[in-house]
Amino acid sequence: MADLTAAPLTTADIRAQYSEMTRRKRLYGGIILVVFVALMMAGFRTADGRNAGSFYDGITHVFDYPSEVLAEASEKAAELPGHLVNFFPALIETLNIAAASTLVGVVFGTLLSLLSTRGMAPWPRLIPLFRRIMDISRAIPEIVIALVLIFLLGGGPVPAMIAIAIHTAGALGKLFSEVNENASLKPVEGLESVGGSWGQRMWLGVIPQVGPNYVSYALLRFEINIRASAILGFVGAGGIGYELKNAMSWGQGRYDEAAAIFLLLFITIVVVDQISSGMRDRLINGAKA
Amino acid sequence: MTILEAELTPASLKQDMERLFLKKKLMGFALPALILAYMTYVFFAFDMPGLWQRVSWQNAQTLVSDTYSYKTHVTRDNRDASVSVAIEGERKGAYPEGQSPDWVTLAAGAEGETVIDLENGHLVRFGSDSIEYDIPGYGLVRATPTRAKGVQAELPAGDVPEWISVSKNRLAITTDAGRLTVTRNRAEVFRYFTGWELFFFTLDSPYHGMGLGEVMTRAATGEAGAIFHDFWNNKMWRHQDVAWAIAETLLMAFLGTIGAGIFALPLAFIAARNFSPFGPLRFVVRRFFDFLRGVDSLIWTVVLARAFGPGPLTGALAILVTDTGTFGKIFSEALENVDEKQIEGVSSTGAKPAQRYRFGVIPQITPVLLSQLLYFLESNTRSATIIGAITGGGIGLLLTQAIITQKDWEEVAYYIVLIILMVMMMDWLSGWLRRRLIKGETGKSKRKARADGKAFLLP
Repeated sequence: MADLTAAPLTTADIRAQYSEMTRRKRLYGGIILVVFVALMMAGFRTADGRNAGSFYDGITHVFDYPSEVLAEASEKAAELPGHLVNFFPALIETLNIAAASTLVGVVFGTLLSLLSTRGMAPWPRLIPLFRRIMDISRAIPEIVIALVLIFLLGGGPVPAMIAIAIHTAGALGKLFSEVNENASLKPVEGLESVGGSWGQRMWLGVIPQVGPNYVSYALLRFEINIRASAILGFVGAGGIGYELKNAMSWGQGRYDEAAAIFLLLFITIVVVDQISSGMRDRLINGAKA
Repeated sequence: MTILEAELTPASLKQDMERLFLKKKLMGFALPALILAYMTYVFFAFDMPGLWQRVSWQNAQTLVSDTYSYKTHVTRDNRDASVSVAIEGERKGAYPEGQSPDWVTLAAGAEGETVIDLENGHLVRFGSDSIEYDIPGYGLVRATPTRAKGVQAELPAGDVPEWISVSKNRLAITTDAGRLTVTRNRAEVFRYFTGWELFFFTLDSPYHGMGLGEVMTRAATGEAGAIFHDFWNNKMWRHQDVAWAIAETLLMAFLGTIGAGIFALPLAFIAARNFSPFGPLRFVVRRFFDFLRGVDSLIWTVVLARAFGPGPLTGALAILVTDTGTFGKIFSEALENVDEKQIEGVSSTGAKPAQRYRFGVIPQITPVLLSQLLYFLESNTRSATIIGAITGGGIGLLLTQAIITQKDWEEVAYYIVLIILMVMMMDWLSGWLRRRLIKGETGKSKRKARADGKAFLLP
């Protein structure tokens, strides 16, 4: 304090200090930016070097494949509705995989989240264990489980469903436990005081509070799972992805089928996206009102 | 008020309540019933009952035992009676000519006898023209393979036990100690060991079989480079390739996510209502975002792989294109929610438009921008694995290759562990960066952001 009173800061001092600080901040910002840009460039060059085709050759051919597909599809435009009908069962299978795995994932995700939320867990000591289980099942990409299960169970929708369900349980478990943390514990205590079992406390005390949020997250997950199940079909798990792979590996002459599948997938994703975002909007805003 | 009182008689209230309760009760039963009905439909649509017959327990057994154990093959070529020893029967795991592990005593000359000790009294002898297996508690099995007559097996008297299968051209014995197969052309003994074989050094490295202490001592006395070289170029586990594959996967995620952010930000300004006065242009950009998001990453991957060929660049571009759509949507929504007052304040000091954006807008959306970028960086690490498996690049490619061979399950297990560690590390890193970079992200603001379901898009 003595120092301050001895030599009061003049406006010039303050300005000098401020501009010094600004300069330093700008310098740091500049350095970070330069490092970042260098990192991006180096990364791009590495990726380009390790790729089969180079970026500059490829960029001119980006539209070759889509235009070939479109040309052939428009040539055979009359057959398109037929293809759409043909591939519809495969689309239904993909949707079924996504829906079933979301439902299974919601059930296990709910259980895991309740078991790993403080205040709700029946065995508080095991919370870290259930957290780790969620972390691991979230970290495993679906394709890993799916490929291993395809080896065991043969191709088909079940490996894909199990794989997506495991990942969904982990991902939703984490989101659900965050929702749970914001839920009031008073209903749970009330139910406990009248002798409710753990199941009753959770079902009657917690679920009604968190239900709308759960459903909203589950819908979001359903959207993601449709994409995931299409991708898993591509590696052998049935559904529309599998048909796409077949049509693609056939190459020219079946591009109209590929186009039909692209179209089906695109429409499905957009429609589900719209419906689910509408429903989520209503759930969240309805819950608030 | 009188109207209200007149309408809300206790009777009518009660009636309303009863109707509401009935509705809730019905919903309470209808919803679970609907889900149950759907699951039953799926159960049969997916042919779950038939699944039980399709399960290959044999495969499951191979998979599980292979992940934690390995086998060493001792093979006798029956045409010239030469004996070779190789781990997993692979050439890269073969012992050099004339060398063998200490449980195999190689024949001294052409007429000598190779003795394989499978422990607990199990002994296999490759003689000059016949193969003998001494099984404790059962007896001696002798097989003589000839080109003309196939495999002639001599078994102890009595019924043939189920762990021995004999046919004209083949003899197979499976015991706890190991496995012997004799065909016309060759005789093969498998001995199983626990662990991952040759993980650090292959047989041709001088450091194979050395203890950790000795390797450390040698490293300290100037051999560190050679030791690392032998480990890094291990032909069995290909540590160098695996490290590169992980790097490629992370590179795909990094380039894709950051690139998408760079492209999406300027476009988001055009798509935001309060920054873009031209309605039609806004509409076009928004539909463009929807299109990028609606065409799934699978389709983008497939299309881009045609143009760029397999590799990390294709994966990075596929992530970039898909996420440009997602980021565009998120960023433009964030831009529509910015506080106009700060921009006004900045412009009141005489700031030019560029400065208004730099000091009035960017600081407001930075938290949203950074936190979304970091969220997606983590989730794209997973996507990059999947995209790599489709286009062929990164750890996803190695994983699919290892699974397709259907025998290197220890490598599959190794890759799975690496992938899980990689994703968890990215998860941790992105969370840490989020906490460090965005100081305002406390529990409360997080809750607010989550409750706003529309702006929140899951990766």
